[in-house]
Amino acid sequence: MKGLSRDRLWSVLVLLPSVLLLAVFVYGFIGRTVAVSLTDWGNDPAQALALNPVIRPVGLANYQELFTGFLQVRFRQELVNTLFFTVFFIAGTLGLGLALALLLDRNPRGEGLWRTIFLFPMSLSFIVTGTIWRWMLQPQGGLNQFPAVLGLPPGRFEWLSSTASIWGLDWNRVPLLTAAVVALALGVVAWRAARAGNRTRTLVAGACALVLLGWAVFVGPNVQLLPAPEVHGFNLALVGIILAAVWQMSGYTMALYLAGLRGIPEELREAARVDGANEVGLYRHVVFPLLSPITLSAMIILGHISLKIFDLVYAMTGPDNTYTSVPALNMYLTSFRQNQFALGAAIGTILLILVAFVIVPYLASAFRREEGHA
Amino acid sequence: MNLSLAKKTALLAAALAAASGASAAGKLEIFSWWSGDEGPALEALIKLYRQKYPAVAVDNATVSGGAGTNAKAVLKTRMLGGTPPDSFQVHAGQELIGTWVVANRMEDLSGLFRTEGWSKVYPKDLVTLLSSKGGIWSVPVNVHRSNVMWYNPAKLRAWGVTPPKTWNEFLTTCAALKRKGVAAPLVMGENWTQQHLWESVMIGTLGAQGWQDLWSGKTKFTDPKVVQGFTTFGRVLDCANKDASGLSWQQASDRIVDGTSAFNIMGDWAAGYFTTTKKLRPSTGFGWAASPGTSGTFVMLADSFGLPKGAKNRAEALNWLRVLGSKAGQDAFNPLKGSIAARTDSDLSKYSTYSKSAAADWRKNRIVGSMVHGAVAPESFMSAFGAVVDQFVASRNAQAAANAAGQLATRSGIGR
Repeated sequence: MKGLSRDRLWSVLVLLPSVLLLAVFVYGFIGRTVAVSLTDWGNDPAQALALNPVIRPVGLANYQELFTGFLQVRFRQELVNTLFFTVFFIAGTLGLGLALALLLDRNPRGEGLWRTIFLFPMSLSFIVTGTIWRWMLQPQGGLNQFPAVLGLPPGRFEWLSSTASIWGLDWNRVPLLTAAVVALALGVVAWRAARAGNRTRTLVAGACALVLLGWAVFVGPNVQLLPAPEVHGFNLALVGIILAAVWQMSGYTMALYLAGLRGIPEELREAARVDGANEVGLYRHVVFPLLSPITLSAMIILGHISLKIFDLVYAMTGPDNTYTSVPALNMYLTSFRQNQFALGAAIGTILLILVAFVIVPYLASAFRREEGHA
Repeated sequence: MNLSLAKKTALLAAALAAASGASAAGKLEIFSWWSGDEGPALEALIKLYRQKYPAVAVDNATVSGGAGTNAKAVLKTRMLGGTPPDSFQVHAGQELIGTWVVANRMEDLSGLFRTEGWSKVYPKDLVTLLSSKGGIWSVPVNVHRSNVMWYNPAKLRAWGVTPPKTWNEFLTTCAALKRKGVAAPLVMGENWTQQHLWESVMIGTLGAQGWQDLWSGKTKFTDPKVVQGFTTFGRVLDCANKDASGLSWQQASDRIVDGTSAFNIMGDWAAGYFTTTKKLRPSTGFGWAASPGTSGTFVMLADSFGLPKGAKNRAEALNWLRVLGSKAGQDAFNPLKGSIAARTDSDLSKYSTYSKSAAADWRKNRIVGSMVHGAVAPESFMSAFGAVVDQFVASRNAQAAANAAGQLATRSGIGR
């Protein structure tokens, strides 16, 4: 009975409450949300809020409605918004954070003060950030008035109220594009496996890539998701929101990078210099490779923040501005204003899957590393 | 000793009676989103209730947030959880009927309307809006008008134009103003004010009867007349400012005051803003007219209270509704809120210049309900309609917008 020693029993007893709570309030509720998303709860207003509503299972109809339904244009635009927001938010935050960290790493005068100033926005909540930036980005005030200080005419950019959009893409092309992108990724996997000399992996990945490419070229163009073309692009009003989000979170990446930079031993740099590396080469070949794990974990944190962002958008442009809307907002409105609980649950499930895309590979690699150490 | 025991027993009995008396007087929980500027008006009503029923402990459960967005979410949680408030605020009409009445969660108040004689003092069109399935479902406290066009009289004189009477006339006036260098003759604000404008254009195009047929299902949204309404709406939008979605309705009203724009279509809470916040005098500082094509029509929205099934203190809640519907109650509330009484026998001397003119119209105009403020469309329609308008603003495809609105109406069960 070594397995049930006193210590072990204690640890089980101590952990049990939180395990039970997690099981009910996280996994139980996720399960319930997924289950609700497969029903018609709320499609009939008479049943939505009844005391004992009649709820029928409808399979994946809600998901089909979201991706191809005539009335769900808003949701599809939101998915595109999320994509652009995530890309620019992560790129901006990492870039600015790294730049600030590199500056501070040169030990400027009053470094502690600068560090506090740069880190300070992170102590605010997104609601506060949103309110401040909404004032600054007002159509007639704020940033547009900057040139006026220098005697130039004020700017004309409609930071949060623009209705213009660029890089438009017909939604009907989405299956085609997805297949092409996945095929490309598989191709890269195959190529790397070939270089590493892993034969089965090369063959399987290569074959999958070819099948997908074939589908994308021959079948994809004939798939019609919607009866009419529907163009979604990058709405320029999002620029203001991206700006505020980058301002808020770049202090955090700066702190991460600064810790990483300080963790690089001076001997390594000196060794590189002795080997004849100039400053640029030093950063390119020594410092940046050592920072890459930090970049990865920052991307995971920022990625899931950007996928589930809600409060910043709510504070800056309100819940009803479809040009800057995101899926989390739509989920709230669909469930609590339109009483379409099943449809709202479906949006929630899609969000969960998107976040899982970001988190699961990271967790997998983290587990593998831990096992490697053990 | 016997005597003292008897005394004790008597005392105990008295104490018990007092306690049970107090519990019979009971409690009342009032759920609303009236806070801030509207708080004092609600307080005036509660004060009146306390005078009549001093033994009742009133719990003012206000959840702040414009137009009740937060309160409605809290209310849903409480209703689904089986602990409804005794009486809650709701926009009168379909917002209540399409959400709570169809789900069989409200009590029919037609008995109360009969015993209090309210059917005689409320306009018939209003009672029709409050009714469905053979019942009357809420007691309106106040009335606001949504189809008002606001302008700056001095500026209009300087530009040499008069408030247009129809939407075609409006477009002519708009062209004239543009020639005089007014970039945006019409000012509008964020999403819901655009729907507010859409409503005025639609009623001005379809007429009061056409508007009612739209919501009773007699006219389909795909009808050519509705498509024509959307086309007109598109041409009206060409007269409006491009930075609309960044403006609150107050900021939009400011552009009337400073003369950047000539007209603004907004509900009559704008009158309160002009007089109280901007210190302008009615008729000289700011002017108003019925929005084009709607003179003789009063597009109304009302705040009202209903009685949910399973309310804990039903008798107290019914007394609260009696106070709300009484002449004294409405005259205590409305001058403070900046609205007019739903009753036609209210004491007009207590009201502002603008409210007097609105009250006069209320008594003689044809009354129809507002869509964007919940009188004629259920929440499921209103909330999703914003996306239809946004899409129309981007694409200007009137037929597609009418089709989308039609599908939305089918989904929300309009005209069923």
